[in-house]
Amino acid sequence: MITLKNLHKSFGDITVLNGIDLEVAEKEVVVIIGPSGSGKSTLLRCINHLEQPTEGTVEVDGILLDSEANINAVRAEVGMVFQRFNLFPHMTVLDNITLAPMKVRGVSKEEAEKTANELLKRVGLGDRGGAYPSQLSGGQQQRVAIARALAMHPKIMLFDEPTSALDPEMVKEVLNVMKKLAEEGMTMVVVTHEMGFAREVGDRVLFVDDGRILVEGTPEEIFDNPKEERLKSFLSEVL
Amino acid sequence: MSFNLDLAVSAMPLLLMGALVTVKITALSVGLGVVIGLFVGIARICNVRILRILSAVYVDFLRGTPLLVQIFLIYFAVPVITGIRMDPFVAAITSCSINSGAYVAEIFRAGIQSIDEGQMEAGRSLGLTWKQTMCYIIIPQAFKRVIPPLGNEFIALLKDSSLVSVIGFEELTRRGQLIIARTYGSLEIWTCVAIIYLIMTLTISRLVAYLERRNAKGGAR
Repeated sequence: MITLKNLHKSFGDITVLNGIDLEVAEKEVVVIIGPSGSGKSTLLRCINHLEQPTEGTVEVDGILLDSEANINAVRAEVGMVFQRFNLFPHMTVLDNITLAPMKVRGVSKEEAEKTANELLKRVGLGDRGGAYPSQLSGGQQQRVAIARALAMHPKIMLFDEPTSALDPEMVKEVLNVMKKLAEEGMTMVVVTHEMGFAREVGDRVLFVDDGRILVEGTPEEIFDNPKEERLKSFLSEVL
Repeated sequence: MSFNLDLAVSAMPLLLMGALVTVKITALSVGLGVVIGLFVGIARICNVRILRILSAVYVDFLRGTPLLVQIFLIYFAVPVITGIRMDPFVAAITSCSINSGAYVAEIFRAGIQSIDEGQMEAGRSLGLTWKQTMCYIIIPQAFKRVIPPLGNEFIALLKDSSLVSVIGFEELTRRGQLIIARTYGSLEIWTCVAIIYLIMTLTISRLVAYLERRNAKGGAR
C-alpha cells in the first residue's frame, strides 16, 4: 500500500530523515514511536508530501508521488489527522466535513451531508453538525477531524500525534475511535506517544531515532523484550 | 475678524455636493483597490517567482512615491506617451485605486500569512488544490482579520483623495478652494470642509467597528 525507498529529508543543514525504507501492507496498522525531534512526524508527512523529501521516492497505492497531479490524487486517497486538529474555524462541523468531497470528488451537497451525518454518528457526535469548532472540546474537535478525513473514503489514514494536544480525560475518546477504525480494517500509520495504544492496536511498531528506523517489530518484541539500548532507555522514560 | 455663519451656511449645498463626489471616488477606488490588492497580495506569496517579483515591484513603487506625484504622472505624463487626453475623473480613480491597491495588497498578504499553516496543510491533505484551499479556507478567514486595517486604509484614502483637486477635479477640497476664490471666506469654508471630512471619516470608523463586532460573534476563533 505504501512504499518508501531511501527517504532523506533535510531542512537547510539539519538532516531530519536519514534513509528510510518502509513497506506498509493493506489493512496494516503501523505505529511509529520515538523521542521528539527524531523525525517521526516528518516521516509521516512525507507519505502525502506535506513535506517534500530531499531524496528518495514515495509510492502510495501504486502511484508514484512525482507530479502535482499524482500528489493531489494520492492526497485524496490518504486521510490525515493532525496534532492540532486544524479544523476550519469559519465553517460549521458539517461544512468542514462536506467541503472536500464536494470540491474534490464532485459529490452533491445532499449526498455529502448524508455521509457526513453518518460519520458524525460513528464518531459519537451525531448531534453536533451545526456547531462551530470553537464550541467543541478538544476531543470532540479531533473526532470531527477524523470524520472529515474519512468523508473522502480514504484507503489509508495517517495520524500525527492525534492525542498530544488533548486534555488527559479526552485522550481515550479519540483512541477509541481510532481503535474501531483499525478493527474495521483501515490501513493506518500512527505517530503517537500513547504506548498503550501502540501495544494494543499496532500490528507493527517502528522505533525511529535520528532520522532512521532503528528497531521494528511486533508490539511484543518492542515492549516486552527490547534489546537495543536506545530503545530501552526511551521506553524506560515513557512507560 | 469674526466667523461669518451666513457664508458657511450658504456654501454648504455646494460643499456637500463636493463631498458626494469625494465619497464616490473613494468608494470606487477602494472597491478597485481591494480587487487589485487581493490579487497582488496573493501574488506576493504565491509560488511563481516572476509574479512574486512583479508584485513586489508594484508595491514598492506605489508605496515609495507620493500619491501627488502618481496623480501627476497619470494625468500629465501618460497622455504624452499614449496621445490620449485623460479625463480628470478617470485619472483620479486610476491613481487612487492603483495606489490603494498597493497598501491593500500588503494588508491582505499579512492577513493571509497570519492564518495558521495547519489550515493550508489540512486543506491540501484532503486533496484540495492550492487555489481551492486559498478560496474556501484561507481567504475567508483572512478577510475577517483584515477588516480593521482595511477600514484604516479606507479612511486614509478618503482624506488623500483631496489630492486630486490639483488636477482640477471638483471634489470636496476643490469645491472649497473655488468658493474661497469667490468669497475670500478662508476661515468659514476650510472649517466647513474639515468638519465634513471629519463626519465622513468618523462614520467609516464606526461602521468598521460595527463590522468587527459582528464578526467576532460569528463563531470563528
